Amino acid sequence: MNLLEVTGLTTGYGSSTVVHGVDLHVAAHGVTALLGANGAGKTTVLRALSGFLRRQGQLVFDGHPLPSGSPSRVARAGIAHVPQGRGTLRQLTVRENLAVGGLLRRDREGVAQDMAHCEDLFPVLRARRGSQAGELSGGEQQMLAIGRAFMSRPKLLLLDEPSLGLAPRITQELFEMLPRLRQDWGLAVLVVEQNANLALAIADHAVVLEAGQVVLAGPAPDIAGHDDVRRAYLGD
Amino acid sequence: MLLFYQVLDGLVSGSIYAALALAIVLAYRATGVINFAQGQMAVFSAYLAWSLTTIGLPVWLAIAGALLLSVVVGAFLERVVMRRFESAEPLVGIVVSIGLFISVNGLVSLIWGTSLTQFPAVFPAGSIELGDVGITYVALGTVVVLLLVIAALQLLFMRTRLGLGFRAVAVNPESSSLSGLPVGLLLMTGWGLAAALGALAGTLVAPALYLQPGMMDMVLIYALAAAVLGGLDSPFGAVVAAWLIGVVENLAGTFIPAIGNDLKIAVPLVLMCLVLFFRPQGLFGRVEVERV
Ligand SMILES: Nc1ncnc2c1ncn2[C@@H]1O[C@H](COP(=O)(O)OP(=O)(O)O)[C@@H](O)[C@H]1O
Ligand SMILES: [Mg+2]
Repeated sequence: MNLLEVTGLTTGYGSSTVVHGVDLHVAAHGVTALLGANGAGKTTVLRALSGFLRRQGQLVFDGHPLPSGSPSRVARAGIAHVPQGRGTLRQLTVRENLAVGGLLRRDREGVAQDMAHCEDLFPVLRARRGSQAGELSGGEQQMLAIGRAFMSRPKLLLLDEPSLGLAPRITQELFEMLPRLRQDWGLAVLVVEQNANLALAIADHAVVLEAGQVVLAGPAPDIAGHDDVRRAYLGD
Repeated sequence: MLLFYQVLDGLVSGSIYAALALAIVLAYRATGVINFAQGQMAVFSAYLAWSLTTIGLPVWLAIAGALLLSVVVGAFLERVVMRRFESAEPLVGIVVSIGLFISVNGLVSLIWGTSLTQFPAVFPAGSIELGDVGITYVALGTVVVLLLVIAALQLLFMRTRLGLGFRAVAVNPESSSLSGLPVGLLLMTGWGLAAALGALAGTLVAPALYLQPGMMDMVLIYALAAAVLGGLDSPFGAVVAAWLIGVVENLAGTFIPAIGNDLKIAVPLVLMCLVLFFRPQGLFGRVEVERV
């Protein structure tokens, strides 16, 4: 059973269509990597899933059509989107950012536990809990954005270039952690990543976009072994 | 002794400016629009309260009722009018809020007429004697009500989930929606709360000024000056600035003969210009820290 099933997604900005009939899926508890060159339309696909953009096509999440036009409703359905760049509330403190992530949850104890869990994963968030998010470095803000997404206990995590601005070691840790969260929380992930090696290492499925269209899709090991992909994205 | 009374008087008027300035700051933080209609909405609310007294409600109950109705009116105006312009240029929002000012002004005249109407006293007459000074109940009550409002707002914003939601949406609505916050609902509630604060300012001045469509015009100017002086996004700053304005204005009017009663309105405006010249972000406004 697929947690997310996207068929024929067409979307863009105003009158300019940049994504043309994309099919992709994320298996329950699975990780799908969305690859492609700069400007291929990866961010646009994620923004359309989150309900920020007008779109056509069939989007089924967890057995229900995905609400369109309302990012809050998409989030409440169980999708947490960590946008490209700094997805933090800059004038709120680190603690408050995490609290906002869990704001709609009713289980106060679970929220407190997950908060502690986030701070274990990213100790810098505990050390700087009282600082304004805007004062953190780019990498720290990225961790905070990811932590905030975790706090809502999503079923599906959309990660847009999570390694951007992160030190390689932290990126490594983050990518090692994702499979664990998959087990612990039953989390599924759709990850966009410039560093295709990293993404393919944890993905079970991969989709390659070119100019807003899918040019290649299949099990991650097959994609990783594909000559074109190796030439284009893996630096061979 | 004269000095004491002048300072006290200044604090009392300052408290009323502060209530309206808080309303302006709340609405600004929610939607990024400086609401020039805030004073006129307060007039509307004060008339609502008056109407409730004419059907026999005691004045405090009438004010409470008007506050509640104002929440609805404020939320309605945000949803139906301002929502369309929030993503537009800031200037567009300002022009729309001036349009709102004129419309509400017209509406008030249409419903209640333009003649002076007496508003029942909110606080008892007389004064409380402390040693050799007497403080009127009106003065005491006005300042105490404002202090209670500040405490309540502080609790709401810093200690409740609703308050955290308000602040998150004020900082970044799009990012807040990614955490599932009902952004539109929170913006509406923010404007509703602002309207209620304005209503409080309106009903506090009404007994002294009589009800009339233009009764908040002066208060609006002072409140705008206070909001800007305090930093626009700082409730604390708005209150301090409003008190400062009330006191300085009163002292200048009394002790500097050249200024007197006629020119004293210029004092807060000059003060505002001076402060903004040296601190463009206002007294308590934050310059955003940025790290690249
Ligand atoms: N806000 C926008 N308005 C108009 N066009 C945009 C906007 N954002 C991105 N685009 C265009 O859409 C295409 C896909 O962009 P994007 O989804 O950001 O690519 P990727 O994330 O794969 O690098 C690009 O050609 C880009 O110029
Ligand atoms: Mg991108």
